[in-house]
Amino acid sequence: MTGVRVLVGTRKGAFVLNSDGKREKWDVSGPHFPGWEIYHVKGSPADQDRLYASQSSGWFGQVIQRSDDGGLTWEPVGNDFSYQGEPGTHQWYDGTPHPWEFARVWHLEPALDDPDAVYAGVEDAGLFRSTDGGKHWQELPGLRGHRSGPSWQPGAGGMCLHTIILDASRPGRIFAAISAAGAFRSDDAGETWQPVNRGLHSEGIPDPGAEVGHCVHRLAMHPARPSVLYMQKHWDVMRSDDAGESWREVSGDLPTDFGFPIDVHAHEPDTVYVVPITSDSHHFPPEGKLRVYRSRTGGDEWEPLTRGLPQEHCYVNVLRDAMAVDALDSCGVYFGTTGGQVYASADAGDTWAPIVRDLPAVLSVEVQTLP
Amino acid sequence: MTQDAGPVRVALPAHLRTLARVNGEVELRVTGQVTQGSVLDALEARYPILRGTIRDQRTGQRRAFVRFFACEQDLSHERPDAPLPEAVAAGAEPYLIVGAMAGG
Repeated sequence: MTGVRVLVGTRKGAFVLNSDGKREKWDVSGPHFPGWEIYHVKGSPADQDRLYASQSSGWFGQVIQRSDDGGLTWEPVGNDFSYQGEPGTHQWYDGTPHPWEFARVWHLEPALDDPDAVYAGVEDAGLFRSTDGGKHWQELPGLRGHRSGPSWQPGAGGMCLHTIILDASRPGRIFAAISAAGAFRSDDAGETWQPVNRGLHSEGIPDPGAEVGHCVHRLAMHPARPSVLYMQKHWDVMRSDDAGESWREVSGDLPTDFGFPIDVHAHEPDTVYVVPITSDSHHFPPEGKLRVYRSRTGGDEWEPLTRGLPQEHCYVNVLRDAMAVDALDSCGVYFGTTGGQVYASADAGDTWAPIVRDLPAVLSVEVQTLP
Repeated sequence: MTQDAGPVRVALPAHLRTLARVNGEVELRVTGQVTQGSVLDALEARYPILRGTIRDQRTGQRRAFVRFFACEQDLSHERPDAPLPEAVAAGAEPYLIVGAMAGG
C-alpha cells in the first residue's frame, strides 16, 4: 500500500514516522540512538529500505549508522572522515588561518542509482563519498581544494557543507552549499568545482558581491527542471534559471526574507516553500506566528499558510534540513521545529497538523514515498 | 611492568556500551606492557566501532570530553605509553573511560 516514511533527526535521537497514503494516522518509532545528536537521516532513492544516519556527540564524535530494513534495525558503519592530503587552513572567525578540522557530518545524500553509494557533507566544510555502503569514506578534495578555500569562514553554526543536490538529468553534476562560503557546482562528479554565487548580495561581508563568502542556508531543485535552483540565503530568497550561473532575488512580498529551509513541490516546479524567520538575531517567526509561505509562481509572490499552525506565542525555529516533501498525488509537505514538533500537510500546505509535538529539537526531516 | 597480565577490566560510558553492544565491564587480554595505549588498542581491536569515539583515529589524541580514571586517579593527561597502575594491569581495579561532565 502506498505510504510515507518520515525520517526525523533530533538533538537527542532519531525517529521514524510511518503512515499510509492518507497521512492521517502515524506510527512513531524511536528514539533510535537516544542521547546522540542526529543531524540527518536519509533513504536511498535506489532502495527504499537502505537508510543512512549521521549520529554524533560532543563527547564521542561521529558515527554513521546504516539500516537495510527501513529503520527497524541499524548497524554502525565507517566513521573515519580524514581529509585527503595536508588539510591546510581556512579563515577563523578572527580572520586568522585555522586548520581544517573534522567535526561532524551534517548531511548524507545517497546516490540516485546505487544504494551503496552515498555522499557526506561535513564540518569543517568538505565532501566525502562512500561506495561500499558507508564502511569507508574518501574525500572529494577538489571542493575544499578550490583556490578560494583558504578564504572560507565559518558561519555562526560552524563551517558546514549542508546541501548536496545530485542532478539526475545530467550525471556528474553536483551542487553543494557551504555556510559561509556559498554555492558550488561540479560537472565532473565532484572532481572540480566552481563557485556559483553571481547575483548574490550579502551586506555582512566586505564585498557584498564577492565570488565566495555568502552564507547560503539551503538550496532546492525540482528534478524535472534541474536548471532552476532556489536558495534560502541568510537574508534573501534567490532563484537561478541557469544552474547557478546567475541568481536573482525572489523574496517579493515575504514578511522577512531571513530563514533556513526551502523546498519545492513534488509535482509543480514553480511551487516553492519557505519559513520566514524574523532575523539573524531573532531566530523565531515574526509576531509569534508560525507561517509557511508558498509561492506558486517560482518566487516573488508568496502566500502565508497558517491553517493548523500556531498563530500566537510561537517562538520556535525551523532549521535548514528540516523540511521535505513527499511524492504522493496530493503533495505532502513536512517540517520540524526546534520545539520538537513535526508538522505535516497532506494537501500541499493548505492545512497542517502535528504528527508529533514533543520531540527533542528537530535538526532534520526527510520523507520517503513508499510504493 | 606486568607482562601478559590481565584480563584488564575496562568500564565504558553508557553511550559506548550501547554502541559496542556490551553490558557491564569489558575484559581484555593485553599483550606486553599494560599502558593506556595498549589497552585502547586492544579495546578497539575487539570493538572496531569504538575507533574514533575515544581518541582520534589518526593521531591517537584523546577526545576533549573523554577522561581516563583508575585507582581514584585522573590519568587523562598521562602519556599513552605510561604504564597503568599494577592493580589495573592485574585486573584488580577497572580502567574507567568516562564522558566528562560537560552539560548536555
